[in-house]
Amino acid sequence: MPSGFSWRDGVAKTAVRSVNILSRLSSRGSGTVIGGRVGLALSPRLLANLAQGREVILVSGTNGKTTTSAMIATGWGSSIAANETGSNMPAGHVAALVASSSPSVVLEVDESWLADVARATKPRVIVLLNLSRDQLDRANEVRQIAERWRDFLVDLKETTVVANANDPLVVYAAEVAVSVAWCDVPTPWTTDAVSCPRCTRPLHFSDASWWSECGFSEPQNVVTTLRGGLNVRGASLDLDLALPGTFNEANAAMALTALSWLNVGIADALARINALANVAGRFSVRQWRGHTVRLLLAKNPAGFSAMLATIPDDGVDVWVAINARIADGRDPSWLYDVPFELLRGHRVVCFGDRKLDLATRLDYGGVEYMVANDETAIAHSDDPIAVLANYTAFQEWRERSSEC
Amino acid sequence: MLNIALIYPELLGTYGDGGNALVLVERARRRGIEAQVIDVGIADEMPDASLYLLGGGEDGPQRLSADLLRVSSFASRVRDGSFVVAVCAGLQILGTSFAIEGNDEFEGLGLVDVVTHRGTSRSVGELVVRVGDQALVGFENHGGRTSLGADVAPLGSVERGRGNDGSVDGFTTSTIWASYAHGPMMAMNPWFADEVLSHVHGRELEPLALVADQLYEERRAALIR
Repeated sequence: MPSGFSWRDGVAKTAVRSVNILSRLSSRGSGTVIGGRVGLALSPRLLANLAQGREVILVSGTNGKTTTSAMIATGWGSSIAANETGSNMPAGHVAALVASSSPSVVLEVDESWLADVARATKPRVIVLLNLSRDQLDRANEVRQIAERWRDFLVDLKETTVVANANDPLVVYAAEVAVSVAWCDVPTPWTTDAVSCPRCTRPLHFSDASWWSECGFSEPQNVVTTLRGGLNVRGASLDLDLALPGTFNEANAAMALTALSWLNVGIADALARINALANVAGRFSVRQWRGHTVRLLLAKNPAGFSAMLATIPDDGVDVWVAINARIADGRDPSWLYDVPFELLRGHRVVCFGDRKLDLATRLDYGGVEYMVANDETAIAHSDDPIAVLANYTAFQEWRERSSEC
Repeated sequence: MLNIALIYPELLGTYGDGGNALVLVERARRRGIEAQVIDVGIADEMPDASLYLLGGGEDGPQRLSADLLRVSSFASRVRDGSFVVAVCAGLQILGTSFAIEGNDEFEGLGLVDVVTHRGTSRSVGELVVRVGDQALVGFENHGGRTSLGADVAPLGSVERGRGNDGSVDGFTTSTIWASYAHGPMMAMNPWFADEVLSHVHGRELEPLALVADQLYEERRAALIR
């Protein structure tokens, strides 16, 4: 037991386990968060004490947290302590660290909680993926998050920040850190960084770089590039992911960069990451009422844009499911920031609590659609079906579908 | 040709605000009226347009927008009779001053006698505004508390949410509509889109039945008890 671990923490830790077991037995969800909350209430220092003496990697950003964390855990190879269920606030982190005593820890962290979790866990590496508009009813200004990250990163002397050099908001946050590993990875969504985070004048973008008149610009001393092949700290790597999409290549590049700072064998890590085929149900192929569906999660405009880009031009039916519950963000205005026009020519079906908001968006965008008012009556198609769903809608689709 | 200018979408587009331009143009075109959206970038000259749209934005981008608009021909075009729909940050910019980044009196364009101070708390949630005999439904997310001058008419009275001050929302003149209902409020309120469009087009519009009507009925039923 690490020094500084008090009797009170011991009680708290036991309480977390008990509550988790009870919660699972009474089938009120997977149990991890409820137990973690009880533990945090019993000992506010619990997270710090549980993390002490372990090698911790934190992963944050708007999109790709869960997938990148899974890549790091898979690539690391040994048994890892991780919050795999996506419970990415301190209660979920406590639960993950109680469930496994592994010395190797990967935690995905909600953007708003990153400062607190970093101070408590003293991570070796923090991975900062990207920042864009998401759940605007809760975190109203993405620039404020960049500002808060910047404030705490300046104080972390023992941490290496693996940061996306193509996301100006991430660069603004990470540039003050003592040790930064910049990654030049594809980042198509820059709509939230059109004005310079330092001086608010317009940022200029070219294919190769971006800059502002005040001198703020893309870092040149990158350690990882993904232009015409992956190169991590001078080593060329053959990236051949089972997971689809350019965004997953960027996630993998940053996961491998993080692991390279912990002396993990990168060739072996790469092979394991290449083989990863689904993450918490994302990208999985399932059955639903005789249809074979591939489940894709997208929660915000940047995520939807990236996911729509993975859908072939024809030969795929696209079902889109939209909810606007608390976990999704209660404001579905962002539907108008998604380039749904890309779906013209596909057979599109609208699902979810806010299917009429979606249908209206598609109608104005010139996309033909059907509204799934009677879900049993959906015309059968021989084409494969991609289901794009936002957070709670995705959970519903996981539950209602079954394994192939 | 109906030119609908979307002003600084890269700055004032936090909540899908471009959706309003799309909705207006589509509702015109489907009635056989030629219409197009002109995106006005921050480096562009202010184009000639029948209608200008101002959306919502974060503090820094709102300040930059106000600075850019102040030195553009926007205000003189509005004084010359062009129409304006402004939401959220756009609403605040049209007034004489607004609160931003700790400065409680940042200079607005002064087109309307309206002042916005920082509210004690943010207003985040569904917004319902009674406009004449219609209900405007939408979503608000702002920290402003807006006071109207004695001669300025509100857009309507608040039935749910806060709007300007918990009692009324936005303001309206013979050529301006302003509201805290952000993002694609035209998508949720087809009657309001047509109200604006008929003024800008200068004549009555043919009826147009779209799925948006079902959306409006659903939201109204969900929000008004």
